[in-house]
Amino acid sequence: MNKFGFTTQESRTIDYGQFDERLLGYVQRHEPSFFICMSCGACTATCSAGNLIDFNIRRLSLLIRRGEILHLSNEIDKCMLCGKCTLVCPRGINTRNVIMLIKKGISEIKQLQN
Amino acid sequence: MVNILVNLSSLIVCTLVFNEIEKCNMNTQKTIVTIGAGIAGVESSVALSKLGYRVILVEKDKNIGGKINNYYHLFPNNRPAVDIKNYIDEQCRIHDLTIYKNTEIEKIQKKGERFSVTTSNDDILKADALLVATGFEYFNGQQKEEYGYKIYDNVITSVDLEEKLKSGKPITTVQGKEPKRIAFVHCVGSRDEKSGNHYCSRLCCVTGVKQAMELNNRFPNSLSYCFYIDLRMYSMEYESLYRSAQEKYGIQFIRGKVSEVSENKEGSLQIKAEDTLTGRPLKMEVDLVVLLVGMVPGSGTEKLKSVSALEANKHGFLQSADWQLHKNSSSQPGIFLTGTCNGPMSIDETMEHARSAALEVHSYLQNHSEK
Repeated sequence: MNKFGFTTQESRTIDYGQFDERLLGYVQRHEPSFFICMSCGACTATCSAGNLIDFNIRRLSLLIRRGEILHLSNEIDKCMLCGKCTLVCPRGINTRNVIMLIKKGISEIKQLQN
Repeated sequence: MVNILVNLSSLIVCTLVFNEIEKCNMNTQKTIVTIGAGIAGVESSVALSKLGYRVILVEKDKNIGGKINNYYHLFPNNRPAVDIKNYIDEQCRIHDLTIYKNTEIEKIQKKGERFSVTTSNDDILKADALLVATGFEYFNGQQKEEYGYKIYDNVITSVDLEEKLKSGKPITTVQGKEPKRIAFVHCVGSRDEKSGNHYCSRLCCVTGVKQAMELNNRFPNSLSYCFYIDLRMYSMEYESLYRSAQEKYGIQFIRGKVSEVSENKEGSLQIKAEDTLTGRPLKMEVDLVVLLVGMVPGSGTEKLKSVSALEANKHGFLQSADWQLHKNSSSQPGIFLTGTCNGPMSIDETMEHARSAALEVHSYLQNHSEK
C-alpha cells in the first residue's frame, strides 16, 4: 500500500474546554502564593538548570495555571532544587516549594490513574 | 506710648482689612465662565469662588457631576461614587454657584481682554477668563466589531457593567444564567491604530481589576480572566489592588490581546487570543465578555474646538500651553483647562488638576488687573 506523507498534528492551542485543574488545585491548596506570579521571569533568569539546558520554570508554572499538565513530569525533573529562584522572586513566592509540590502532585495524579 | 501703639496697631489692622476688601472687590468684579459641571468644573469653580471671583457654570446635561453619576464604587479604596457626587452637590450649594443646566456654548468671542460667550439659550455671558471642563467620552465599543459588542448579547462594556452593579439588579447572562467564567478585554479603543487611538487611557487596567474583584464578590464561584497587553498599574494603590486580585480573588491575567469573540449556539462566547507568555494560541469559552473601553475626547470638547481657536493635541484632547509648567493653560490666553478635556485622568488626579487650574486662573487675573 502506498504511504502518503500525511500526518495529523496535535493542536497547539491552549483550550480552556480541556482545562486540567488537578495539578493547579493541588499546588494552590498547599502553596497559595502560586497565584500571585506576574511572569517576570526572574526565576528563569537565575535558574542554574535553565542556564545550561532547555528548562523554563516560569513557563512551566504558567502552563499549570493554564491547565496544561501533559509532558510536565520529565520537565520538572530538570530542576536541581538549588532554590535561587526563591531568593530572587519579587512577589516572595516560595518557588522551591512550588516545584516540590508539582513533583508530589504529579506522582499523586499518576497513582490515582494507576 | 500705649496710645501710640494702639493707634499704630489699629492702623495696621485697618490697612490689612482695607487690602482684603480691595482684593475682594477686585475679585468680585471678575467673572469666570466654566464650561462643564462635572467634578473638574465644579471643583475649580468652588476654588475660584472661595478666592472671591464670580463663577458661572454652563452644563450641557440636566444634571451636574458628569460621569461620576455612572459609577458604583471607585478604585482603589472601593468608596461609593455617590460620596463624590454628594460632595460636589454640597459645594455648589454652600458656595451658591450659578449653574446653567441643559445649556451648550454656541459662540465664543474675545473683545480686548474680555470674553463674550453665547449659549444655546441665547444668553450672552461676559467673562474675564474661561475655564474649559468638557471632560471625556467612552470609546464606542461597536467600533471594534470583532469583539461583537451589540451583536452578541453577552458582550458588554465596563460602562454597562458599572451601571449594572450600581442598579443593584441581579447580574446574569442574557439567558438568565449566573456567569461562571468572565473575560475582561483590556485596551479596547486604546493603544490601537485601528481605532485611531494611539494613547493609553491609563485607567481601564485598574477599572478591569476592580470590576473583576467586584464580580468575584457577587459570584464567589466564578472565574475572571483579564486579557492584557501591558498591565499599567501606575499608582502604589493600583499595584496593591492587582496583587490582591491574584491573591485573594484568584483572578487570572493572560498577556495577549483578544483577536475575536464569537457566539456559540447556547449564547456563550468563544474567545481567541495568544497567550504570549507561553507562546501558544489560546481559546476559551466564557459566559460574559467585558470590554474595558478607553477614554476619548468629550462631545463638549469637540464642539468647543469648532467654536474657538483652542488647539488639540494629536490625540484630540485639548493642548496645554506647557506640559511641565502650565498644564492648565490652553493655547489661548485667558482660556484654561481642567480635568479630562486635557487627557485621561483618574478622579483624584482630576481633583488636583481642578484646584491647580483655579490657581492658574487666579494668577492670570491678578497679573491682568495690575496692568
